[in-house]
Amino acid sequence: MSVGIVSYGAYIPRYRIRVEEIAKVWGANPNSIIDGLMVYEKSVPDLDEDTITIAVEAARHAINRAGIDPQEIGALYTGSESHPYAVKPSSTVVAEAIGATPNLTVADFEFACKAGTAAIQTCMGMVDSGMIKLGMAIGADVSQGAPGDALEYTAAAGGVAYVIGKKDLVANIESTYSFTTDTPDFWRREGMPYPEHGGRFTGEPGYFKHVSSAAQGLMKKMGTKPSDYDYAIFHQPNGKFPTRVAKMLGFSSEQIKPGLVVTRLGNTYSGSCMMGLAATLDIAKAGDRIFMTSFGSGAGSDSFSYTVTDRIEEIRNGAPSVEKLLADPIYINYATYARHKNKIKL
Amino acid sequence: MSVPRFWRRLKNIYNLIGTHCEKCGSFLYPPRNMCPKCRRNGMTIPFKFKGTGEVLTYTIVHTGAKDYTKLTPYILAIIKLDEGPQLTSQVICDHSQIRIGMKVKAAFRKLGEESEKGMIYYGTKFVPMEG
Amino acid sequence: MRDVAIIGVGCTEFGELWDKSFRELFVEAGVSAIEDANVAGGKIDALYVGNMSGGRFIEQEHLGALIADYSGLASLHIPSTRVEAACASGGLALRQGIIAVASGYHDIVIAGGAEKMTDVGVETTTDALAAASDREWEGIMGATFPGLYAMIARLHMHKYGTTQEQLAAVAVKNHHNGTMNPKAQFQNEITIDTVINSVMVADPLRVFDCSPISDGASAVVIASADVARKYTDTPIYVKASAQASGTISLHDRPDITTIDATVAAANWAYKMAKLTPKDINFAEVHDCFTIAEICAIEDLGFVKKGEGGKAAESGLTAIGGKIPVNPSGGLKACGHPVGATGVKQAVEMVLQLRGEAGKRQIDGANIGLTHNVGGSGGTAVVHIFGRDK
Repeated sequence: MSVGIVSYGAYIPRYRIRVEEIAKVWGANPNSIIDGLMVYEKSVPDLDEDTITIAVEAARHAINRAGIDPQEIGALYTGSESHPYAVKPSSTVVAEAIGATPNLTVADFEFACKAGTAAIQTCMGMVDSGMIKLGMAIGADVSQGAPGDALEYTAAAGGVAYVIGKKDLVANIESTYSFTTDTPDFWRREGMPYPEHGGRFTGEPGYFKHVSSAAQGLMKKMGTKPSDYDYAIFHQPNGKFPTRVAKMLGFSSEQIKPGLVVTRLGNTYSGSCMMGLAATLDIAKAGDRIFMTSFGSGAGSDSFSYTVTDRIEEIRNGAPSVEKLLADPIYINYATYARHKNKIKL
Repeated sequence: MSVPRFWRRLKNIYNLIGTHCEKCGSFLYPPRNMCPKCRRNGMTIPFKFKGTGEVLTYTIVHTGAKDYTKLTPYILAIIKLDEGPQLTSQVICDHSQIRIGMKVKAAFRKLGEESEKGMIYYGTKFVPMEG
Repeated sequence: MRDVAIIGVGCTEFGELWDKSFRELFVEAGVSAIEDANVAGGKIDALYVGNMSGGRFIEQEHLGALIADYSGLASLHIPSTRVEAACASGGLALRQGIIAVASGYHDIVIAGGAEKMTDVGVETTTDALAAASDREWEGIMGATFPGLYAMIARLHMHKYGTTQEQLAAVAVKNHHNGTMNPKAQFQNEITIDTVINSVMVADPLRVFDCSPISDGASAVVIASADVARKYTDTPIYVKASAQASGTISLHDRPDITTIDATVAAANWAYKMAKLTPKDINFAEVHDCFTIAEICAIEDLGFVKKGEGGKAAESGLTAIGGKIPVNPSGGLKACGHPVGATGVKQAVEMVLQLRGEAGKRQIDGANIGLTHNVGGSGGTAVVHIFGRDK
């Protein structure tokens, strides 16, 4: 099997709000929050941006990076927990806006922060079975944190798109492994604007159990160990969790460093570890091996093992790097942030 | 704008698909089903524009149109596409940055929504070309 | 084609007329015009009703029948036709009346225009007006009318060095003229500072660069020259009636600062009247925004392209100047009840040419021109009137 990544593209809105600015509004100590979360600032969508516009921009970058013919895309899945419509797919807009319609199958995925990696797995299966030539898997979110809630410091906006296929791969996906249980650590009920979460319950029984089980499961299945990998990315709801889980599993801080974008970006939910992977591919060389594990509350984790090919050099500069998207931000205050996030009802 | 009316033009608005007249070589956006030069003798086909161009003129709208009150103030501009045709759209940039002759490229943004319950309209706006 | 004259004019006051309905306004203007002409209602052959957006403003279409009915003409069953060309609806109704009489089809007709804009909120009004632009390719992108004219102004300033103060001078002049017009919505003097310190609507246009939202109606009685002499010793002759179309969207114009439909209509009108811009003593032009008057006097040939900005500033277009423009106060000060405007311009022509314009009377007014624009220039209507045929 030689299914893998044919191209990728990311998109991050230009606006940022610093943790200090949010902490000031709620009378919290910013330093303890920064220390606790290892997040300094987070991205904020423009007034006219949402999950769909972000997904389209990321998808277009993926198309442009490798000169993909959008008509060859046979399946497109957008993973998000902030689809603008409760009913009506985001993916139809994306497919139309990249010129992939009408001969393809699309659907929206939702699995908290791991809907995007579930979409990658779905595309892998369809490509490998010969059902489709190319599949596009997107993770994009304009995630919501209730005003004053701990999530407000990290809930960010961004998206990443991967084109999955068999030919002209920039990275082979050697294997994937998932670990899933019914663990209600975080949810948002239909019609509710903000999610509820189980506080510390999201940690041990949620994030750490699922990420480590999936990661260990994949390495066991493949017979690999942390030192076999040049880079590793773990879902990054904050800076602390992926750092801790990497250590628990035996990965070094050097291995996770290029992909740890959360400190300057916040948690882009469905885009989170996919953004880390994009940032890692931006600097990876042919032959590099990358380990990735996502996490979605509810709960589940998908682990992947990649090997980068020499094709990466040919397409690297065909679209903006994650570093470029993070550069030159516009910092806004809480009032402007509240307006951008539609927290002020008109 | 009603849903069918928007839907009919949605591909054009998403992807800047206008018209090319193979008879006289004109590039037209918005799309037309008759070439204004050749009229009935024209041979019009759909044409996808690259999405790059420059600001011909602009204004900063402080009293916004109905769907745009949440976005007000916003930059409204006439963009001259590199292929020739001119169109009306918005430019997303710092208001102190906008100027006549500024190079811009297409971006995918929300145009508006009927209401919190209603249809969301997406389409093409422009952002400064980087560099 | 027969020679045609205007034998009677009528106009309501313009403004926020809370206690008057659309039909009452039209009937008031129509009755004034008939009384001015001293024509019996039974002599009227047809009605032309200029109106832009009854459907949006008062949720009423079928305005021709409504006006015929409330004018007491339903029992006579005379034809009544509603005419629409956005802000040029009035000018077009006038032209339809003139054509009907010139062709010999009718002998005496009434052409009027009315708009009732204040029965709905400002947001609906603005949205209804925006329907005069291309809804699918301008409106949906956030184009408002001030926005479109602001883009004209921006480019005019960029190309020709036109200044904020020059834009403001148009408003100052028209407000001054408005002080002498008892029908005007604004009858107060303003200064350059008033304009340039007022609230920004669409940069560089401020609220005092914009015509207001108004209610009002105006009407004229049009007759063939032969018939006209039976009713009056001072018929005012229609020397030319021209109408031109342009692209509905501003972005499709070859030159954003030139309303080429105005140029075309003006050229036809001058040719028809065998006149040049130099022969025009005064004009009522479509100053929906200050920049619109600047472009209009250029496109009508009163000044060279690019020099319109200096005209109001230098006094060229003031009453007493070389070519007085908008002695009524224009759309800016007299008010802009959209459908009424084009007809009101003709009312001003008749008052001036008869020498009945009171304090704002222009000395030696023999030939005047009206200019009425629909949308950002999709329609332009130009008429030339004179004391002689």
